[in-house]
Amino acid sequence: MQRYLQAATVAALLACLTITTVGAQQTPPSQPPPRPGAPNPATPGERTPTPPETPPRPATPPQPAPQQTGAAPFAPNAYASTYKPFPSRPTVIRNATILTAAGPAIERGSILLQDGKIAAVGQAVSAPPDAAVIDATGKWVTPGIIDTHSHLGVYAAPGIESLQDGNEMTSPNTAEVSAEHSLWPQDPQFDLALAGGVTAMQILPGSANLFGGRGVTVKNVPSRTAEGMKFPGAPYGLKMACGENPKRVYGSRNTAPQTRMGNVAGYRRAWQAAAEYRDSLRRWKASGSDPEKRPARNLQLETLAGVLDGEILVHNHCYRADEMATMINIAKEFGYKITSFHHAVEAYKIRDLLADNNICASMWADWWGFKLEAYDGIRENIALVDQAKGCAIVHSDDPNGEQRLNQEAAKALRAGWEAGFSIERADAVKWLTLNPAKALGIDKVTGSLEPGKNADVVIWSGDPFSVYSRAEQVFIDGALMYDRSDPEKQPRRDFITGLMPQGGAR
Amino acid sequence: MKIGLALVLSLGVTASLAGQATRPAPRETPRRAPAVPAAPEVTIAITNARVFPVSGQAIERGTVVIRGTKIAAVGAGIPVPSGARVVEAEGKIVTPGWIESATQIGIVEIQSGAEGTDDQSTTDKELSAAFDVVDGFNGESTVIPVTRVEGITRAVVTPSGSGHVLLGQGAMFDLSGAQVPASVVKAPVAMFANLGEAGAASEGGSRASAMLRLREALQDAIDFERHGVAWANAQRRTYARGRLDLEALGPVVRGELPLAINANRASDLLAAMRLADEFHLKLILMGAIEGWRVADQLAARKVPVVIKPLTNIPSFDALGATLENAARLSKAGATLVLSSFDTHNARNLRQEAGNAIANGLDRDAALRAVTLEPARVWGVAERIGSLEAGKDADVVVWSGDPFELTTRAEHVFIAGREVSSDTRQKQLFEKYKTIK
Repeated sequence: MQRYLQAATVAALLACLTITTVGAQQTPPSQPPPRPGAPNPATPGERTPTPPETPPRPATPPQPAPQQTGAAPFAPNAYASTYKPFPSRPTVIRNATILTAAGPAIERGSILLQDGKIAAVGQAVSAPPDAAVIDATGKWVTPGIIDTHSHLGVYAAPGIESLQDGNEMTSPNTAEVSAEHSLWPQDPQFDLALAGGVTAMQILPGSANLFGGRGVTVKNVPSRTAEGMKFPGAPYGLKMACGENPKRVYGSRNTAPQTRMGNVAGYRRAWQAAAEYRDSLRRWKASGSDPEKRPARNLQLETLAGVLDGEILVHNHCYRADEMATMINIAKEFGYKITSFHHAVEAYKIRDLLADNNICASMWADWWGFKLEAYDGIRENIALVDQAKGCAIVHSDDPNGEQRLNQEAAKALRAGWEAGFSIERADAVKWLTLNPAKALGIDKVTGSLEPGKNADVVIWSGDPFSVYSRAEQVFIDGALMYDRSDPEKQPRRDFITGLMPQGGAR
Repeated sequence: MKIGLALVLSLGVTASLAGQATRPAPRETPRRAPAVPAAPEVTIAITNARVFPVSGQAIERGTVVIRGTKIAAVGAGIPVPSGARVVEAEGKIVTPGWIESATQIGIVEIQSGAEGTDDQSTTDKELSAAFDVVDGFNGESTVIPVTRVEGITRAVVTPSGSGHVLLGQGAMFDLSGAQVPASVVKAPVAMFANLGEAGAASEGGSRASAMLRLREALQDAIDFERHGVAWANAQRRTYARGRLDLEALGPVVRGELPLAINANRASDLLAAMRLADEFHLKLILMGAIEGWRVADQLAARKVPVVIKPLTNIPSFDALGATLENAARLSKAGATLVLSSFDTHNARNLRQEAGNAIANGLDRDAALRAVTLEPARVWGVAERIGSLEAGKDADVVVWSGDPFELTTRAEHVFIAGREVSSDTRQKQLFEKYKTIK
């Protein structure tokens, strides 16, 4: 992104970009002006991991998220979601090839969206007389795409210093911060992701720190506030990071951590403190919860204790196989669960370990080589994890890739086919929908096209695994939020209002 | 321009100054080797394919005959020469090898945190235009095999940096894995520079100061061209850049070597065109995110643009970013080249081009924009870029539509030699295909 900053800011940003960008790199980010030298433009890079396992833990019915750990003498839901579904009308989509993420493809199928939910899906679906009818002959329908690893709103466009809000690089443990408090809902990149069929995403802090802070899952809807986007009932994530980034950021300042073993010591120290904090709260509750005697509130430990209590899901940026194994050991030592590793470039080397421990892997289709811990990236990674009965997820960590996650999945699918696996599109679509929903703890309500689930639906112009296909219409909770053929139905964030030349931003 | 000609010209300059004392010797290292070293004269016939020569109409059930390093024949109904290896390509598509036009393949192995693997720029403030990627190129980079198995056979490797608006000289290499000089297709292909936001970041903190420094360097180069001997004898004013840079700029100010400028905002593209007019430069615009906004001027002045199609995130350097940039430039008649602007994933050039098509670019124009057009823009079209008898045999047999994500390059020939499908990544896959 901002690759080219004013000289004065360059130095300061550099550290940030490197980190941030590091992961992402690859792409010439948004600005291709690239100086050809700069390889990675903008990616906010790797910033966070994701993960839940399959059975996500918190059931996810849309309700106020469990945000506080321990009894709190303060308003527990001060930051609760204020999202309300947009107006919708009953809509039936007919004659489409439907990938439900819950079974085989349905040819010439229909799906009825009613009251914000999926009312019926199948070969024969009856619709109420007042339903809008969409003839989707030749088109394909999938669940809305869900990205476990996004930095929209916290590394917003334009990618300038003023909007670098994703990495609180002031301490290796900033578990007390939350991405929702950086999230700028006017980031125009949300509109672009919507045009790519993305209906929900986890916004994560960056990967500079061992504990980067809380991630927040949002619906991809226009809103004046971050709370207006928050996915009701979704648990928070905790972004953790392994490897090169934390040790580089802090090691270069001659502060801890400077090595991978320093990283691990940092995690363990923090978890020990969190366990003691949790225990002190438990003792306090067991002894009557006298408000006068409540242990002092500690926001950093509160987040970590939330993980130990199973209310907050760990999303762990980690590339190398051996480091992921180490992180699993730490989780066992302190009794928490890693929901998803993120980037997980070497997941294929330990895919059995991931499956055995019920840990998802949020991966790129083909990013590799931008640093040593990404040097062993192979394109079969996603398919290998999938075929090992693991929870494979295609993530972006990049505002460009986030617009084309279906294409990233297509590349991973091709690699799987060439590796000799027979993977159906109807299964590969789970890498984009159901598996990320599991990792975010929202799979009870979205991620597949099944009656009763939220009507988060995309109509594609053709096979979503084709480079030529485009999301034509995108529904969130049954409301038509994007229509490629109708400019009135294409949200435009404030930033580009009156600024974008006509014809830009698409 | 080929290096041979450049050499003659620059030698000519030297000769005319002969006898006048110490004019520094022109730099020139003929690094281009005789095509491919002693390849055995093998004949290969690719048959029954849908052939896209790019230089002409598509040929149904066509044959491409490769003899040695060159294409011997292309057409329908061509007999298979006796003794030829036959590549049956029924139902397949055959195109020329693709060209990536802005990458650091071979000069960057690992970008971050791996000292000694990144040679894309210099920290030497005394160097700018003279910086040359050729001397840092490693033909054994692991990035080369993973790129060529996707049908990319040649790449323009460009310098980077931020110490001066002038970045140095880029060169085109083949992706055979050969070292310099055998892998050099042409060096240099252009002088690279930054204007716009990148230029401001490079020099002086303002677009205007960047332009001023670039203009100064060009003015000095012109003066040096005329008065190099006097300068060497300390009878001329001092220049802002050193001897190496001024010599490197000679071909640029003579209009022989293109100046390829990274710029995006419409105002910066126009500024670059004004500069080119002022100094009579051969201009190429790189990036050009807002190129569509000045497409008519670009077309009228025949200024080639090298763009990354998958660019639509607004920035203050390019508020008008749009996925339709390629289509709009093409429609306006501009000379269009598509590029990944990536290194490790330059292999995704196909995805870039496919998306350009999905956003309105004509399919034939898209194929041309990754083959013949870049060959012309970089001055090597007499050797590569299309399937024509006599050209280097860079040929790709695709399993299907080359722009489609699920298509693979089944056979890739670089100058007549089929490249191995082996890569380090493939070896890692094989190693972990089963876990014991």
